[in-house]
Amino acid sequence: MNPYNYLYVSAILFTIGAVGVVVRRNAIVVFMCVELMLNAANLTLVTFSRINGTLDGQVVAFFTMVVAACEVVVGLAIIVTIYRSRRSASIDDASLLKR
Amino acid sequence: MTTSTSLVYLIALPLFGATILLLAGRRADKWGHLLATAMSASSFGVGLYQLSQMLSRPTEERAVGQKLFSWINVGTFNVDAGLLLDQLSICFVLLITGVGTLIHIYSISYMSHDENRRRFFAYLNLFIAAMLLLVLGDSYLNLYVGWEGVGLASYLLIGFWNQKPAYATASKKAFVMNRIGDMGLSFAIMIAFATLGTVSFSGVEEASHTASKAALTAIGVMLLVAATGKSAQFPLQAWLGDAMAGPTPVSALIHAATMVTAGVYLIIRSNFIFDAAPTAQLLVVIVGAITLLFGAFIGTAKDDIKKALAASTMSQIGYMILGAGLGPAGYAFAIMHLLTHGFFKAGMFLGAGSVMHGMNDQVDMRRYGALRKFMPITFITFGLGYLAIIGVPPFAGFYSKDLIIETAFNAGGIKGILLGSTALLGAAITAFYMTRVMVLTFTSKERWEKNQHPHESPILMWLPMAVLAIGSVTTGFLFTRGDALANFLNPVFGEHGEEHGTEHLFEPIVVSGMALVAVAIGVAIAIMKYQLSEVDSVAPQNVSIFTRIARKDLMQDSFNEAVFMRPGQALTSLLVKGDEKVVDGAVRGVARTALGAGAVLRQTQTGFARSYAALILIGAIALIAGIWVVTQ
Repeated sequence: MNPYNYLYVSAILFTIGAVGVVVRRNAIVVFMCVELMLNAANLTLVTFSRINGTLDGQVVAFFTMVVAACEVVVGLAIIVTIYRSRRSASIDDASLLKR
Repeated sequence: MTTSTSLVYLIALPLFGATILLLAGRRADKWGHLLATAMSASSFGVGLYQLSQMLSRPTEERAVGQKLFSWINVGTFNVDAGLLLDQLSICFVLLITGVGTLIHIYSISYMSHDENRRRFFAYLNLFIAAMLLLVLGDSYLNLYVGWEGVGLASYLLIGFWNQKPAYATASKKAFVMNRIGDMGLSFAIMIAFATLGTVSFSGVEEASHTASKAALTAIGVMLLVAATGKSAQFPLQAWLGDAMAGPTPVSALIHAATMVTAGVYLIIRSNFIFDAAPTAQLLVVIVGAITLLFGAFIGTAKDDIKKALAASTMSQIGYMILGAGLGPAGYAFAIMHLLTHGFFKAGMFLGAGSVMHGMNDQVDMRRYGALRKFMPITFITFGLGYLAIIGVPPFAGFYSKDLIIETAFNAGGIKGILLGSTALLGAAITAFYMTRVMVLTFTSKERWEKNQHPHESPILMWLPMAVLAIGSVTTGFLFTRGDALANFLNPVFGEHGEEHGTEHLFEPIVVSGMALVAVAIGVAIAIMKYQLSEVDSVAPQNVSIFTRIARKDLMQDSFNEAVFMRPGQALTSLLVKGDEKVVDGAVRGVARTALGAGAVLRQTQTGFARSYAALILIGAIALIAGIWVVTQ
């Protein structure tokens, strides 16, 4: 199978994720879209690893997964805290830092 | 040159007095004046000792020096703080300390009612020290220190009563005009160093034999600028009249006898430069001739006794500058006139102070009259000074002024005739205005204000006047007997002391005759005008345009204001505006641009995480697109 097809899938996934981050208000959904973008990037890395016949891309993909896991932990904790204090998970409500 | 270790005491003693009095403060109020007088007198004693030592040595070994310390030692520029006492300096040293001590004594009484008398004496001692440094320095740089020192002392003493705004302004005026002259001196020193490589008198004299004429002329002209500032010569003369704001002893010591003659000293000390630069020397003569008439004209119209005497000082220093500009023939005579003038003018100023003392500080001569009966000693001492200044034989001024007039006539050609007639005309006008002062003050009728009780001054005041009066009677005769002073001074003026005397326009006796006739005419007119006819006690206003101009000091202030002050102010306000609009405008513009840009960019900071994410996305896309475009 042509490995470049994986790149197209990855591009579509990344675009969906990016549009979701920009368009959606719900923090959980935005968060999921971020994960989608990260995984799209991971797919690209693995694909290039396969194309080039080296392991570099796969190694970096593991790094990305670790970082993504950490990010999920911290990010979900923040979202839960915000929800507890404001009774809302809309990220547009949390815009107090502009002042 | 022989070394003498005691020269420094001449300066150190009065400087010590000034330091003690200024540091001790009110504690020294009781004895400060005595200490200052003692310091001045002991400096005079050292001066006399030096004179006796000098006279006991043969002519060529008379100059002595003392190196104090190595002052500036940078590369090829080496200046030692050193003192030089030669025949020229000793004349000044004795004049400064001698007249200075007399005026100290006079001031003890004159200033006895002033609560700041101690400060006054401290400044007087400071002046004596600075003036001695001026005449004893062995290089132009050392002289410059003294030159600035006397300027400072003069400023402090003119403004001694600075609680009156007019007096404070007068001292500022004197200071500022002196600064212009001081610039000339510093330029002269810089040019001397740049072209001759040295600033010591002996070094410059040696280098002047081989230096280019242009450099010497430049130095000479700059020295002349310096002399016009300090000696109140045209065109920097306007400060002297206002300097009379200071206490009268100050006017006598600083603005008549000593400091204002520093310019004459500078020119004569630099004789080697002026002898080698005829253009500069010609300028000196012109300045002297203009000033001697300028001062004389002002003197004819002044009703303030001190201002009349100040105008006369200006005129008499014009004579000295004229003599100094006539070259080797005139140097000794300029110094002689300087010394005799120091006696009679200081005496007359002290006399004026005595009159003011007796008349409740009235200075308007139209409010005097008939004081002869009430102040006999002042009348006699002032009168002797008067006879000396107008040049009646055998008083001092007759000898010294006649010699200058004679030398002027002998300068040769048209120049000689012009200068001689100018000096002669000046003598006639001098006789006129001095007679006017004399008549208005001491003879004529009483024109006093109410409640005046004129009385003779105490002995501490009239004793110095008497000593100075004796000096004004005898010095001229003593100095000219066997050309004593000229022969004494000539070694200072180098090898060309005796080259003149080839042509005489007039015989000396003829010149004396003409001078006496001129004086007689001046005296006669003054007596007719002021003794034999009524004098108004208020200056009449319906007078000729000439009188009005002369009363306004020949428009010197109006001229300075129109030519220098107003354009200067316009330039200043222009620069201020330029600073506000251009410099500050640029600074404010930068700030405003940053502020405006910030206000615009701030709009993007909405606080919405999604818009930030969108911006990041757009940025990333733009970046990648850019890279793609570039690499394609």
